[in-house]
Amino acid sequence: MDKFETVEGVAAPMPLINIDTDMIIPKQFLKTIKRSGLGVHAFAEMRYHEDGTENPDFILNQAGYRNTKIIVAGDNFGCGSSREHAPWAIGDLGIKVIISTSFADIFYGNCFKNGILPIKLPQDKIDLLMDDARRGANATMTVDLVNQEIKGPDGGVIKFEIDAFKKHCLLEGLDDIGLTMEKEKSIDNFEQKMAEATPWI
Amino acid sequence: MAKTLYDKIWDAHIAHEADDGTCLLYIDRHMVHEVTSPQAFEGLRNSGRKVRAPEKVLAVADHNVPTSPMIGGVAAIKNNESRIQVQALEKNVKEFGIEYFDTNDIRRGVVHIIGPEQGFTLPGMTIVCGDSHTATHGAFGALAHGIGTSEVEHVLATQTLIQSKSKNMRVTINGSLPNGVTAKDITMAIIGKTGTAGGTGYVLEYAGQAIRELSMEGRMTVCNMAIEGGARAGLIAPDETTFAYLKGKPRAPKGEMWDQAVENWKTLFTDDDAKFDLEIEMDATELIPNATWGTSPQDVLPIDGTVPFPTDFEDEGRQQATQRALDYMGLEAGMKLTDIKIDRVFVGSCTNGRIEDLRAAAAILKGRKVADTVDAMVVPGSGLVKMLAEEEGLDIIFKDAGFDWREPGCSMCLAMNDDQLKPGERCASTSNRNFEGRQGFKGRTHLVSPAMAAAAAIKGHLTDVRDI
Ligand code: SF4
Repeated sequence: MDKFETVEGVAAPMPLINIDTDMIIPKQFLKTIKRSGLGVHAFAEMRYHEDGTENPDFILNQAGYRNTKIIVAGDNFGCGSSREHAPWAIGDLGIKVIISTSFADIFYGNCFKNGILPIKLPQDKIDLLMDDARRGANATMTVDLVNQEIKGPDGGVIKFEIDAFKKHCLLEGLDDIGLTMEKEKSIDNFEQKMAEATPWI
Repeated sequence: MAKTLYDKIWDAHIAHEADDGTCLLYIDRHMVHEVTSPQAFEGLRNSGRKVRAPEKVLAVADHNVPTSPMIGGVAAIKNNESRIQVQALEKNVKEFGIEYFDTNDIRRGVVHIIGPEQGFTLPGMTIVCGDSHTATHGAFGALAHGIGTSEVEHVLATQTLIQSKSKNMRVTINGSLPNGVTAKDITMAIIGKTGTAGGTGYVLEYAGQAIRELSMEGRMTVCNMAIEGGARAGLIAPDETTFAYLKGKPRAPKGEMWDQAVENWKTLFTDDDAKFDLEIEMDATELIPNATWGTSPQDVLPIDGTVPFPTDFEDEGRQQATQRALDYMGLEAGMKLTDIKIDRVFVGSCTNGRIEDLRAAAAILKGRKVADTVDAMVVPGSGLVKMLAEEEGLDIIFKDAGFDWREPGCSMCLAMNDDQLKPGERCASTSNRNFEGRQGFKGRTHLVSPAMAAAAAIKGHLTDVRDI
C-alpha cells in the first residue's frame, strides 16, 4: 500500500445521510475479480442517467468538482454491505479523505486497508466544512494526517482524532498481514491451548 | 468480574493483545463466497502465502448463481462475469485446499443458511465471512460478523483478525409476541427505534422472553438484521432450543464430545450483574406486523401506519433523505401503507429463506391465489431447505397459489443474477435491504415478514396478515 501523504484538494459536499454501499458501488459492478478499475462506476446510479450519460445534478459531475480528493458527507456514510469494492471504487476515483459525523463500522475499517482516511467530526465542524465544500474549486482544503488537522480555505484549522495504530499503518503504508505474521508464535500457542479446552471446534 | 456474553467469547479468543488494546482475535470458522473472495485469494497468491487452517473454512457460491435448474453446471451460467466469478472460486478452493459445496450439491445455498444447517456454526465460536449478514450466526451465541476482502485475506493467511473491542448493547424484548407478529417484525421494529446507525460501534445482545420463545430460525432472522441497525454482530445466548437444533447436525460434536461441548455452552450467558454500555427495552405485546415504506431499513412502520412527510423530521439531512425516498419509491406522503400496490413478491434470502419461513408463507397461501397483477417467487435458502419443503408438500401449495418455485441462492435479495425488478416495479420482499436499486435498477422494495409477503401477494397490495 502507498504511504498516506498530506492531501490538498477540492472537497465535495454530499450532505445526504445514509449514503450506503449500494449507492457507492451498485452490485452489478461487484462481479469483478480485480481490485482496480472501479472508479468509473463509483456512485453510478446517482452519477449517470439510464442511457449512460452523466447526470449534471450529481456533485462530482459539476465543474469545479471533477478533481475532488475529499468528500464531506452526511451521517452514517458507507452503511450496508461489507463490500470492499466501495473503498476500492472511491479510491480509484482519486478520493483520499472522507469526512463525516459517523461511518458504518465495516466501511470505516475497509478505508484504512485501502489508503483512504475516514475522519469523524462533530456536527458543528461538519457544517463548517460542508459550507466550505460548497464553494468548489475556489476553496481547497488540506488534510494533514501527521498533525491530525484539516486546514480550511480561509485558514481555519480543525483538529481530528484518530487511532494511533491506524494512523501509523496509513502513514507507513503497512500491510496488516505481514505485521500479524510476526506474531505467529502467539497464534500457535493459542491454537494449542484451544485444542485442549474446546476440542470439538 | 461479571461478564456479558460478548465479554466471555471475546476473552476466550484473544491470541495476542498489544499495549494499546488492539487484539488479534482468533477465528474459529470462516465462510467464503464468490463475490468478496477473488481479490483475497489473488492477494495470497501474489505474496506467496498459504491458507493457515483450510479445515476451518467452508466455501459456496450463492450471490451470483441462477435460480433456474443448473443444467450444464457452472459452464452454462450465461452471464460472463458471474460465471467467471464462480469459476474463480472453484479454482481457488482447489488450489488452497478448502471444502466447497458445488452448484449441484444438495447442501449448497446462501452462506448464512448452510453454516447453521451443517453444524459448522456452534455456540461460543468466532465466525467471519466477507458478507455483512454474517451476524446471522450470532443466533447460536457465536460472535459472528462481516468483514471486508482485505480481512478475508488476513483471516485466510493468519486465522485471526485485528480487532479492538466494541461497545456492548442489550436489547430486551419483554412479553410474548401476539399472533401474526414474527421475528422479522421484532428486528425491524428495533431498527425503527434505534435507526440504521444506532448500533454502530456496538455488539448487540438480544434478550427477553420474546427472544427466548423464538425458534432457531426466528433467532437467526433477528440477528441477521443486526447489521441493518449498524451493529456488526448480534448475539443470543444459547439454550435448550439451540442444543436441540444442533444435535445430530453433520458437523456438530458427537457422543462424549457432545456432552462436553454442551457443558461448556451452558456457561455462555451474560452474568446477572454484568454491565452494558447501553440497554434498550421493548414490549413484544405492543408489536403489530410492520413493513418499510422508504429506502432505508429504518423507514419502517406498523402496517396500520401512513407514509411520513419530510417535515415530520427535524433534522435537515433526514428531511432530505425522506423526500428523496418518497420520490424514489413513487409514494405520496400521508397515504396508508395498506394502499401501496405491489407488482412482485419475493420470499427468500438469509433473513427469511429457512424452512419455518416457507411454512409461514405457505400457511397463508394454502387454498388461496396470488392476485392477477402480482408476479411472485419463492427461493429456498438452501438445497436442504428446498428438499424438506418438498417433502412437506409446501412446493405444491406455493405453485398452486401461483408462486414460482426456484432453486436456492441469494437471488432477488440483491439481484446479482437474473432475478431482478424492472425499473419502477414494486416488491414486497422478505429480504433485509430496501436500498435504492437493491433488487434491480430503480426497483422499489418493501421489507416484510414471509406471512406478510404472502398476504400482499394474495391482495395485490400491502396488507395486515391478521386480516386474511
Ligand atoms: S441472501 Fe442477501 S443478504 Fe443474505 S448473503 Fe445473500 S445477498 Fe447477502
